[in-house]
Amino acid sequence: MFDDFMLRAALAALGVALATAPLGCFVLWRRMAYFGDATAHAGVLGVALGLWLNVSLSLAVLAIALVVALGVTLLTGRRNTSDSLLGVVAHGALALGLVAISLLPGMRVDLHAFLFGDVLTVQISDLAVIWGGGAVVVGLLTWRWQGLLTATLNPDLAYASGTNPQREAMILTLTLAVVVAVSLKIVGALLIGALLIIPAATARAFARGPEDMALLAALLGSGATVGGLWASFWLDTPTGPTMVSLAVIGFALSQILTFARGR
Amino acid sequence: MMDASAAGLTDTRLVTLDNVSIAHTSTPAVWEVGFHVDRGEIVTLLGRNGSGKSTLLRAIIGALTPQVGTITHAPDLKIGYVPQKLAIDPTLPLSVARFLNLPTRHPRDKIEAALSEAGLAEAGKSALATLSGGQLQRVMLARALLADPDLLIMDEPTQGLDHQGCAKFYRQIEDVRDRLGCGVLMVNHDLHVVMSASDRVICLNGHVCCSGRPQTVASEPAYQALFGVQSEGMFALYRHDHDHSHDHSHDHSHDHDHSHGHDHSHSDGDAKAPTAVSDPGR
Repeated sequence: MFDDFMLRAALAALGVALATAPLGCFVLWRRMAYFGDATAHAGVLGVALGLWLNVSLSLAVLAIALVVALGVTLLTGRRNTSDSLLGVVAHGALALGLVAISLLPGMRVDLHAFLFGDVLTVQISDLAVIWGGGAVVVGLLTWRWQGLLTATLNPDLAYASGTNPQREAMILTLTLAVVVAVSLKIVGALLIGALLIIPAATARAFARGPEDMALLAALLGSGATVGGLWASFWLDTPTGPTMVSLAVIGFALSQILTFARGR
Repeated sequence: MMDASAAGLTDTRLVTLDNVSIAHTSTPAVWEVGFHVDRGEIVTLLGRNGSGKSTLLRAIIGALTPQVGTITHAPDLKIGYVPQKLAIDPTLPLSVARFLNLPTRHPRDKIEAALSEAGLAEAGKSALATLSGGQLQRVMLARALLADPDLLIMDEPTQGLDHQGCAKFYRQIEDVRDRLGCGVLMVNHDLHVVMSASDRVICLNGHVCCSGRPQTVASEPAYQALFGVQSEGMFALYRHDHDHSHDHSHDHSHDHDHSHGHDHSHSDGDAKAPTAVSDPGR
């Protein structure tokens, strides 16, 4: 009863959830939520560039997301990312991207798809990009896991053990750009941040260790995206927002459970 | 002391600072600092808040780069670092045992041995954030020791410990030094215990004002100016800075009894002079 397009959509959603979950944990631990949003919004600018140059949208989004993320990292320096700068970049990239797309000659583009995702039109080639990019993200995070954790806990502990915390931060910046590139088509620029934060925040309520939290976040994120896909099919609602809504319901339940346990 | 010998690195020399100056917007600056730490010795950096102690430690572990001067590590130097404090973000679930496995994973029996030596044999699965200050301090020390360090660096390790706890802690450090044969460099402003528990003391106030064996340093006028009369507060600090402006015309070695006497006699003359602000080292 499930058509091919539903299967492809489900695989795409699963791939995105598996890549965003472990990275989302670091976004939470390092308080990079706003940074994630700024990078994701820059994806819209990437779409404009890709359409204009007539190159692969994923590549263009990856490039712009990387440039913006690196730029913000270098501009703010060290650990405390400046709130105001991130605000300017997040909204500026979104607005500039939308204007740029509308200025493209002879182009009739469904903006909705880039802002909120369009998982139902996923092709086999998109699946390759999503799972390839996801593998890069999970691979990088797994490889650098111990160093990343140490640098996140306390940069000086990393320095003393011969790990450069700034290099670890660069790895997170790189993986964030990849995540934005692969998930833009699925949940859209406006909701990527939600997929990073919400499953990780939900997992926090139950996790005893950082690894538990990442795995649980992956599980919860998969449930929310695949479940959201199904729900949107039956309810005839927009897919990306339905996925995020499901994740939010999960988060609310986790908080209620935590509250109940605490008493 | 004996900065000249720093050039010829021996195999006991762990770290050498030569003419190090660091300027930073948010941390106090240090200037023209030179000292070294050898294997098997316990060296304490002593100074008031803002005297640049932590800045120097962070430079030695590589978190800060001196604008001037060099910091030389022995080849393949393994550093065990105990930070001043550890802020654990509530979103990060981290057990004591997991913390001990950062950044290097160790076999389970090694972790258990480290835990029981820290007096926390049962606490492996506890969340790091639930530990008391003293317990966290012991866990951070245990983690640093798991790396079999050549040089153990600790930033205010006795903060929050009572006198008894301090004494016990320093005995443990001496024991560690004897057992591992490592060098120990720590920062403190805890005058009473430091003196008995250090092989060498380096008094710091942005620059090295005096250094040597604890007994020798305690009788130095520069030391007394900094710590001798606590109630004098800022007055003592000003007088000290004034000392330094004279000190600079001399060679920067510190076993010069006569020059300190000389400085001291000057300092009494114009104790509150604002020359402290225009220290030539800045």
